[in-house]
Amino acid sequence: MNDIKQKKNFNIILYLEQFIDRFKLPLAVSSAVLLLIFPHLLTNQYILTIVVKVGIYIILALGLNILTGYVGLVSLGHAGFVAIGAYTASLLATRLGLGFFLSMLCGMICAGIAGILLGLPTLRLSGTYLSIVTLGFGEIIKTIAMNWDSVTNGTLGVKNIPSPSIFGLKLTIANGGFYYLMLVMLLIVTLFCYVTYKSRTGRAFLAIKTDEMAGIMMGINVTYYKVLAFVLSACICASAGALYASLIGYIDPNTFTFDVSTMILSIVILGGMGTIRGMFIGSIILITFPELSRSLMDYRFVVYGLILVLMMRFRPQGLLGWKSQMPYKLSKSITRKLEQARSDKQENLSQ
Amino acid sequence: MAYLQVNEITKRFGGIVAVDKVSFEVNKGEIVSIIGPNGAGKTTVFNMLTGVYTIDEGEIVFDGKPIHNQKPQDIVKVGISRTFQNIRLFYDLRVVENVLVGTHINTNYNFFDSVFRTPRFRKEEDDKVYNAIRILQSIGLDNRRDDYAQNLPYGDQRKLEIARAIATGAKVLLLDEPAAGMNPQESAELLQFIRSLKVQGYTVIMIEHDMSVVMNISDRIYVIDHGKPIAKGIPSEIANNERVIEAYLGGVNINA
Repeated sequence: MNDIKQKKNFNIILYLEQFIDRFKLPLAVSSAVLLLIFPHLLTNQYILTIVVKVGIYIILALGLNILTGYVGLVSLGHAGFVAIGAYTASLLATRLGLGFFLSMLCGMICAGIAGILLGLPTLRLSGTYLSIVTLGFGEIIKTIAMNWDSVTNGTLGVKNIPSPSIFGLKLTIANGGFYYLMLVMLLIVTLFCYVTYKSRTGRAFLAIKTDEMAGIMMGINVTYYKVLAFVLSACICASAGALYASLIGYIDPNTFTFDVSTMILSIVILGGMGTIRGMFIGSIILITFPELSRSLMDYRFVVYGLILVLMMRFRPQGLLGWKSQMPYKLSKSITRKLEQARSDKQENLSQ
Repeated sequence: MAYLQVNEITKRFGGIVAVDKVSFEVNKGEIVSIIGPNGAGKTTVFNMLTGVYTIDEGEIVFDGKPIHNQKPQDIVKVGISRTFQNIRLFYDLRVVENVLVGTHINTNYNFFDSVFRTPRFRKEEDDKVYNAIRILQSIGLDNRRDDYAQNLPYGDQRKLEIARAIATGAKVLLLDEPAAGMNPQESAELLQFIRSLKVQGYTVIMIEHDMSVVMNISDRIYVIDHGKPIAKGIPSEIANNERVIEAYLGGVNINA
């Protein structure tokens, strides 16, 4: 019985993947057009703000996914990296008047350094032990932001964070510019995750996740790749943090609580660890749900919890957490070479 | 001096001497087996050879250079690779990707090459994939190239482990019980396969309990018991060695 069910699932995924593969171009073009004209279809800024927030959380989830989904290190303190990115960027923007992109870059560098500092001492930790340390890291960053009054302005937070601007044009929600900025950043981060995944770096990440010992025996420098994952993850989350700060225009230490960390982790788990598509569906569901279910009032968190519990019970790999059933994609030059080799062999046989 | 020379290596875990002054030598292109009862310290020897454990005494010299107490990555780079007693594949990866992880050490493009998909990345990645497919073809796993490693039958998983070890570019393969859990037909196939490795110029060191495999294929055999070397020689000598029979069967002489 179970076998039959699995077989059926298998086919659905394969059909879906084949469908997407066959209609790649029209699907890509239509979704691109849809995403580009989206702000013009709306008169409601509230919805656009939520959409931008969804986008920011997709970036965050993609960042955490590198660490948790690829390398298998569960972090409960990613709000810390978000905070570093957001604070660095907004302090540089408000106090020194740096442009958005430069200050975001500085935030990413700071978070990257923090990633090294967190990654190196925790190399030998995994599972729950690592989660506890990262949990502590998140709290430390929050506490620093709260108490380092002279720099972070303490609990009062940073106010009047300017909107990003390109060539003097302010990108805000009202003129839709912020939405496009988010879209561009999301595209860059998604592509980055994809190319990293489909390279020896990605294979090394997955090897470490499945069997660290076997990975070492294949000559993979586990220290390097674990720290690299921490750094990449921190940088991506910091960029989203900077984006978030300039969206809201105000941050304080309570913007980056433990709830943010668990939200990012929930998205990764709900969507499907180690997949890119999962991060999209995960944030769409988890970020829009509280907004859609305002009629449930206080009960919405009960429903929210219930969704997560049911998901863990019936689909622990995540909503879209399947493995691709399509054949491994070979580049054209390899297919040509292989066919050449095969025909050579046949010639030899016939002679 | 032999290709791989192991001189009186010793490993202690606290008060327990797991491996006590074990020496052996392996010439290029040989198949050498290490046998011994359970708990004799055979896998510990492999772990010392591959840098998982440091050695307390002695030395390991490969191709004229000492390699003991180096990092596992460096030892793989020198050209020694291994398989595991309990299969340790990357189960979430495809068969071809498992082999590609093996090529990791010989891949020279850096992180930025992969991010920007430079010509160097494309060329090297193509070379590696082609190489991986050739290895899979030679091992008879090409038809399962796209499968995930966890879906392979047991015998194929063992083969894939060997393929992955070959992909590192190793010249010496350490096989830890390659025939464990195989049925007679599978182990006969394995026998053929290991012979073909020898023909291709690989040096094989093997831990194995299946005597039909060991006696058929080995050029020389070393026997360890309780961490100590007790015998060495060609298969026919070992089969009649009293100390070996004693170690395995507990002192009953079955020669008569």
